[in-house]
Amino acid sequence: MSTESITWLLPLPPLLAFFLIVLFTNRSKALSHSLAVGAALLSWLGSMIVFIRAISTEHLGLNPFESVINWLPTGNTWLQIGVRVDPLTAATLFFVAWTVLMIFIYSIGYHNYGQPKGEHDKAGLQPHGATIEDEHGHKHVVPSIEPMYSRFFAFIGLFAFGMYTLVVSNNLLTLFVGWEIMGLCSYLLIGFWYQKPTARAAMIKAFLTTRVGDVFMLLGIAYLYTSVGSLSYTDIFKPETLQKLGSTPAVGGFLGLSAAALIGILLFIGTVGKSAQWPLHVWLPDAMEGPTPVSAMIHAATMVSAGVYMVIRMYPLLKVGSEAGHLSLVMSVMAVIGTFTAIFAATIAVAQNDIKRVLAYSTISQLGYMIAALGIGAYVAVVFHLITHAFFKALLFLGSGSVIHGVEHGALHTGEKVDPQNMFNMGGLRKKMPITFWTFLIGGFALSGFPIITAGFWSKDEILAEAFGTGHWVVFTVLSIAAFLTAFYTMRQITLTFLGKPRTESAQHAQETHWTMTLPLVILAVFAVTIGWAGISKSFPVIGGILPNFVHDFIGSTLLEAPEILTFNIWPLVASLVAALGGLSLGWLVYRNQKEGAEDPLKLTLGPIYTVLKNKYYFDELYNTVFVRPAYWVADTFTNQILDRGIIDGILHFIARIASNVGHVFRNYFDKPVVNGFGDFVGEGIKKIGRSIKVIQTGKVQQYLLMALILAFGAMFYFIFTFIQH
Amino acid sequence: MTAEQIIFIVVAAVTLGAGISVVTSRNLIHSALWLILTLFGVAIFYVLLDAGFFAVIQVIIYIGAIAILFIFAAMLTRRVMQDTGPQSNSNWWLGALIAVLLFAGIALIFVNWQGFTTTPSDLANPGGRIVQLGLALVSPDQYLLPFELASILLVAAMIGAIFVAGEKKQ
Amino acid sequence: MIPLSWYLIFAAILFCVGLYGVLVRKNAIAILMGIELMLNSININLIAFWRYRSPDGIAGQAFAIIVFAVAAAEVAVGLALIISIYRRRSSVVAEDMNMLKW
Repeated sequence: MSTESITWLLPLPPLLAFFLIVLFTNRSKALSHSLAVGAALLSWLGSMIVFIRAISTEHLGLNPFESVINWLPTGNTWLQIGVRVDPLTAATLFFVAWTVLMIFIYSIGYHNYGQPKGEHDKAGLQPHGATIEDEHGHKHVVPSIEPMYSRFFAFIGLFAFGMYTLVVSNNLLTLFVGWEIMGLCSYLLIGFWYQKPTARAAMIKAFLTTRVGDVFMLLGIAYLYTSVGSLSYTDIFKPETLQKLGSTPAVGGFLGLSAAALIGILLFIGTVGKSAQWPLHVWLPDAMEGPTPVSAMIHAATMVSAGVYMVIRMYPLLKVGSEAGHLSLVMSVMAVIGTFTAIFAATIAVAQNDIKRVLAYSTISQLGYMIAALGIGAYVAVVFHLITHAFFKALLFLGSGSVIHGVEHGALHTGEKVDPQNMFNMGGLRKKMPITFWTFLIGGFALSGFPIITAGFWSKDEILAEAFGTGHWVVFTVLSIAAFLTAFYTMRQITLTFLGKPRTESAQHAQETHWTMTLPLVILAVFAVTIGWAGISKSFPVIGGILPNFVHDFIGSTLLEAPEILTFNIWPLVASLVAALGGLSLGWLVYRNQKEGAEDPLKLTLGPIYTVLKNKYYFDELYNTVFVRPAYWVADTFTNQILDRGIIDGILHFIARIASNVGHVFRNYFDKPVVNGFGDFVGEGIKKIGRSIKVIQTGKVQQYLLMALILAFGAMFYFIFTFIQH
Repeated sequence: MTAEQIIFIVVAAVTLGAGISVVTSRNLIHSALWLILTLFGVAIFYVLLDAGFFAVIQVIIYIGAIAILFIFAAMLTRRVMQDTGPQSNSNWWLGALIAVLLFAGIALIFVNWQGFTTTPSDLANPGGRIVQLGLALVSPDQYLLPFELASILLVAAMIGAIFVAGEKKQ
Repeated sequence: MIPLSWYLIFAAILFCVGLYGVLVRKNAIAILMGIELMLNSININLIAFWRYRSPDGIAGQAFAIIVFAVAAAEVAVGLALIISIYRRRSSVVAEDMNMLKW
């Protein structure tokens, strides 16, 4: 099969799995997950074929695999959709396929396949565990299977479809379609346990917050379409088109922007929503209400990556207007927002106790990194970091899910009422869950940028080097501090979770999870280490140049002009080393002796600042006060009471009263006497006639014959007389 | 008056008298016997009309089969109406009036028709008529279809009669 | 020679007598007898018209044959119906068979 055909087919298996599960196999759990995993496997296989063909093609950036069909007739032209595989697509496909497949497999174990049904489990709530009796007559509480097992696989199938569609599409329209499908699925999956009030709130929050971004993005797409007449990347990125967009003032002379800048800003707001950048970051931590594979799916592999992927994709457009040493407006905005988000989220992550929330804020921070890096033009570094981040963040999320699962197991076993997600309830899990520990450690080190061996080091170092090399000092400094904080909270997490002694009974009885959960961890851990080796800068001392800088050459070729290679500088390396190693050791030092029930040492040191961080800078409260409450107020007081009940209802009541009076008049003076009178007259008359002539219907055959003959005589004599006359 | 005319008048008087007895006799068995006499009279008319064949089948079918069937039916249902009370409806005068009016109407038509007093021409080869009739009934060009339909009707009537009158086994 | 009119008058009288029987007799079997009289008068008409109007043709005789067949069928079915009703309701009075009304 040609590469284009395979690319067309890539998104279909998960979609098919979705429909099959929803329509036919939802009663069989085994069949449902087989379908979903099989579909993911097919897509993975296709992606790998496409990837291998892509990297073995010369000058793929200039001549990408592309296939287009006419879709919607628009007047005398067609709106075309199609697929496109260029280096960026190929790289994205690579990590998406791997992480998606791993998450699908992991979900089987996470939802306790093969465990008994819980006695009290209800659809829409987390499983509560099942009591079983062993051969000695002892009763044990063990984890029970998820009641809505099939539903979950259907949803993530649809989710995977959305992501594949987004990645392979060659235009902004189908990209947006995939984007919105993922938005829907994220809504459905965050609220998977829909009977939990917090999950319901989180799903609505995620949906509405991302909606804000999506509306702006749709505006951007619409504006782009009206200015260019096409949404295909190839058409948009033609140099003359870009130049025209750059030189046209935006519609209505908006703030003196060029069309390109306005479109770029609008599209970027979409990314801000999707990739949870400040100020639309609030939904992502709450999205942790969903099952952990969902968190991994949304926060590592797919949805948030999609936001970054989109800006990377639109980079040539965003870049319009920037010259050497001068960033375009959009890029400056991106740099500022990204940098701010990176440090902002990193500080919050420091003070979180929930193992998944730490990772959530860490994700926001890392995405901020990427946005900032793209803002300063580090195109290749961003793609590189996107890939490595996808692998190690998926690994971390799945690892944290495994930890939670293990602790939950302990909690069920002991009957203890503890929050299985709170890190202060853990400790000492290293011995209990060795595979999870080692893989989590690798993921954590990759996130921190542990030197040389982990992938995160190479990608993060490249970003810092770019920031330093292009002379953006503020960005460089802030990102370095953020890197330090990242290393610190990561080590805090690892220390609290795995090292030391168990702080609760549940942690004491935690158990290593099923192979379907640990296998994905191991595979992802391998990637979290090795993927970095594909992008070692040629100018790096000692080991630079041993392996080819595949990432730079391959990804860089996506752009029409390949980015230049920076010369090596020692300072970013030093900053990166100090941040990573310093943060890691500090984290270990502070938390290694954490005792059962003791306060977080940071609280003592930082005091009120800790409280601020713990409460995420009160952003939720702020939004609540600034947006939600006024919205409620407007809805209730203004819209409901004044506008709706007062004015609109008043008008309606007035009209209703008039209509009612008119109706009364008609009824009393026309309907009752005239219409009813006539109707009654006709009805009664027919009734009376019927009553009086029914007597001739005697049922006696001779009388009928008699009557017929009498009538026949009438006719006969008439004929006789006419006969005689002639 | 020729002999034929005398015969005609005598036979007509007997036949009509018998016919009136059929419709007025109280005893149903008597009615059936009067009916036989009427049918015989009609058979004699067939002879007068040079249709001897019809006279024969009149005797065989009407008297031999139909009249006997009537007698059977009358005997089977004899218990209920055994000569008690009037055998006519209360509005018998209306029936009589209509019968008379009908006769008046028919007579009126006949009187005004030129062919009313036609006398017969001589009939050539009276014996060959039966052969001709037999061939006509089975010839596809002439009366095969009515003939076959009549036979189907007879079969249907036979089956229907057996079914309707047959004893239902519960 | 006998004129056609005699036959026709005779047949008309016989027909009216039959009709009277049909209209006024209580007994259903007697009604059927009236019908037989009417059919006979029709047959006389048919044969008479054949003899006087078209003695070379065969149509009148053929019609008469069909009337015979129909009469036989009618009597067979009619009497069977009467017997059947008699079994169920122990009555052969036509006026009693008045279930088919309002």
